[in-house]
Amino acid sequence: MAGDVLAALRAAAGEATGPADDGARPAGPDGPDAAVVRPAGDEDVVAGVRPRYVAAPGSTAEAAALVRVAAARGLAVVVRGAGTRQDWANPPRRLDLLLDTRRLAGVVEHAAGDLIVVVRAGTPVAELQAALATAGQHLALDTPLPPGAASTVGGVVATNTSGPRRMRYGTVRDLLIGITVVRPDGVVARAGGKVVKNVAGYDLGKLFTGAYGTLGLVAECAFRLHPLPAARAFLTRRAGDAAEAGRLAAAVLAAQVVPSALEVDAAPDGRTEVAVLLEGTPRGVKERAAATRALLGGATVADEPPPWWSSYPWRPGDVGLTLTAALSGVPRLLAAAAEARRRYGVALAVRGSAGAGVLHAGLPSATPPDVVARTVAELRVVAGSAGGHAVVLTAPPQVRERVDLWGPVDGLHLMRRVKAQFDPDARFAPGRFVGGI
Amino acid sequence: MTTTDVSTLAATLRAVLGDHQVISDRQELRTYECDGLAQYRVVPALVALPRTAAECAATVRACVDAGVPFVARGSGTGLSGGALPHADGVLIVTSQMRAIREIAPADERAVVEPGVINLHVSRAAAPYGYHYAPDPSSQQVCSIGGNVAENSGGAHCLKYGFTTNHVTGLEVVTPDGDLVRLGGRAPDAPGYDLLGAFVGSEGTLGITTEVTVRLTRSPESVRTLLAGFTGTDQAGAATSAIIAAGVVPAAIEMMDALAIEAAEAAVRCGYPAGAGAVLIVELDGPAAEVDAQFADVERLCRDNGATEIRVAADDAERALIWKGRKSAFAAVGRISPDYIVQDGVIPRTALPEVLRRIAEISARHGVRVANVFHAGDGNLHPLVLFDDAVPGQAERAEEVSAAILDICVAQGGSITGEHGVGMDKVSFMPRMYTDDDLDTMQLLRCAFDPRGLANPGKVFPTPRLCGEVPGRRRGVHPVQEAGLAEVF
Repeated sequence: MAGDVLAALRAAAGEATGPADDGARPAGPDGPDAAVVRPAGDEDVVAGVRPRYVAAPGSTAEAAALVRVAAARGLAVVVRGAGTRQDWANPPRRLDLLLDTRRLAGVVEHAAGDLIVVVRAGTPVAELQAALATAGQHLALDTPLPPGAASTVGGVVATNTSGPRRMRYGTVRDLLIGITVVRPDGVVARAGGKVVKNVAGYDLGKLFTGAYGTLGLVAECAFRLHPLPAARAFLTRRAGDAAEAGRLAAAVLAAQVVPSALEVDAAPDGRTEVAVLLEGTPRGVKERAAATRALLGGATVADEPPPWWSSYPWRPGDVGLTLTAALSGVPRLLAAAAEARRRYGVALAVRGSAGAGVLHAGLPSATPPDVVARTVAELRVVAGSAGGHAVVLTAPPQVRERVDLWGPVDGLHLMRRVKAQFDPDARFAPGRFVGGI
Repeated sequence: MTTTDVSTLAATLRAVLGDHQVISDRQELRTYECDGLAQYRVVPALVALPRTAAECAATVRACVDAGVPFVARGSGTGLSGGALPHADGVLIVTSQMRAIREIAPADERAVVEPGVINLHVSRAAAPYGYHYAPDPSSQQVCSIGGNVAENSGGAHCLKYGFTTNHVTGLEVVTPDGDLVRLGGRAPDAPGYDLLGAFVGSEGTLGITTEVTVRLTRSPESVRTLLAGFTGTDQAGAATSAIIAAGVVPAAIEMMDALAIEAAEAAVRCGYPAGAGAVLIVELDGPAAEVDAQFADVERLCRDNGATEIRVAADDAERALIWKGRKSAFAAVGRISPDYIVQDGVIPRTALPEVLRRIAEISARHGVRVANVFHAGDGNLHPLVLFDDAVPGQAERAEEVSAAILDICVAQGGSITGEHGVGMDKVSFMPRMYTDDDLDTMQLLRCAFDPRGLANPGKVFPTPRLCGEVPGRRRGVHPVQEAGLAEVF
């Protein structure tokens, strides 16, 4: 039976890459001759669930052929890029086929004069940025990561990753202008295009952004780009407490210094820092840095960010959360975190975009699950009262048993209907998403 | 619908909304027969004017119960026939829902009802030093609800983005008649980004009843220049040079000789006499940045052959520079009895080639084309001139207009940058997307509107059968819709 499925997958991959297919076939992570289809191994386990087969398509056509086999045989599918966030969200309810996108890589088109790029989903973001930098451009999206991680474009889209500069440039939803997907039934479809301004048809790119692979495979993305700034400056200042951090942030927001990022970092010991990124012309940045420094009542000005910049406040195996709030509610989130530290003695770290209303929080893996549950519940109440949410991105298994990762979700019945239309058999990343989608 | 059906539905709606909020008189109904694209006219069976979200939801539920299609309309300024009524349906007009509920500068948000006029949001936010960034040319009359449906742009979206980038939360009535909240005051709500999918769905996924928008800090400094060039090639080269230099202007707008002539005739904006093209370039932001980059922009314009550069010394001079551009569509009425406003997008770097091809087509068909465009993002607004009184001219103008869209698609662009697909461009969708692409988009439609009652016949040329439909299926099949429109 297993050999039969492997043979079918191999045959599909082979047919799709026949002479008619002129798509690029970059060497895979395991070398150019590595098997496109193979039985799964220990390294392929997804959030504790082991798939039976792994396939690494080298083109959209090959991916579609593999997905059609999966559809015909009722295989449950999870898409994996570099695997840097496979511990996020719920584990899949079942899993047969792991689709590895790392051979589905490379820049299809970089039109520098039009400030757009079309890139295959398996391309590491760092590789894309290096290619764009040669033209003085970048995809203005931070991908907070442990050092050395090779997050792919597709993974960043599927998990809706963002970082400090979202304040100025927005997030994936604001930068993604076109998308090519393989539907769970194997049909290849495209929405949007490669021009920034386009209102023809539904914006399916937004639907696939942050969908955790539950609607299909993201094969190709078109992004709008921005010029790399000629100059930048980071200003960092200590804040006494949450209230002061809030006052400093509000002062910067109300002024005319136009920060690209406004970040806050509250360490487990309560030490709090506020940092501001300014980007622009050398003269402009210099003058704005002086004005910002005055607003902050003094600050360290540097060319490089503080060490905590654009990184999650947790380590692998810890509990990691996203906390959101209306801008004026950010100090309340910080205060609630301080209160949880005091009450439970937990080493709760909070860090993120005070200028966008999106923070991340981390609790060490050793924190007792009931304490995690109570902390999450309290943060959820405060975030909710500030118009936002508390979502647990990742947590040890014993915590997942005690905590609803997602919390309340508006429009959940519509989301279930969307899922039922795209994936009626619930085979793509089943159970990973909100409401068991 | 039979006359009896209409009377029954009218009575149901009057019971919910009140007598004066439902229009059934034929003469009064005619007021609503078209939106901003007047060549399509359909008199709706009924017009409903809800005053609250609950009333709007009740109206939709009444339509669902009767199996009657409904079309939402804001101010009716759309240019693609998106709010064209359905002859057997209810036109739900949101213009009486026009309260600004909250201006929250500390949250950089405003909460408004869908009938609120775009410009009124910026006016309400101005005392706090904020504004609402999307600024379609119709901003003095168009509604926020309509902007949400169409994902409206504007001259300044080059730097600031479109409606979709500035809406963080919605309350909508789904095509089932349920009130649902999508997004909110904070970003990144958990679950699918249905908010993002809803914005720009042209009324086919439901009706907006409350909008939470982002407010943008008004810039410290705004500087605007007008540069005259001998032709569009030079103006295009200057645009490319500005973008290549890493400058992100708030706006770059271009007009060609014919458009300049029209604007001059209409509003005496004093553009350089004899110029083959003008560029309007506006920079905004911190004074230190704007001053540094404005000098670069002036130099780049000169380097690329600008014959004359005027810098606005104050707000009055800036308004005069913009007056010519913002009145360009209407101004064309001074030099031609009739005209078609086209809306297509190309990769910006293809501009010179596309303009040459438009000129060729124009010459071949003997139809004049005036060009006005958002040059920074490649959004063309060719104005195709004709005289309807001359037999055959309207048809030739339509051919030229369609040929321009084909050029846009061939260049990898789009058939619409900001006016929407609506009724007008339904037949062009297959030129840009495959059947599979359109089928996939309609999976979303089926999730929201399995009965196909929300603005049927718009956006998609062929409806998709949605499989299991909750409840009974009644009413006109959407396939028939397109043919019901009387085309004048």
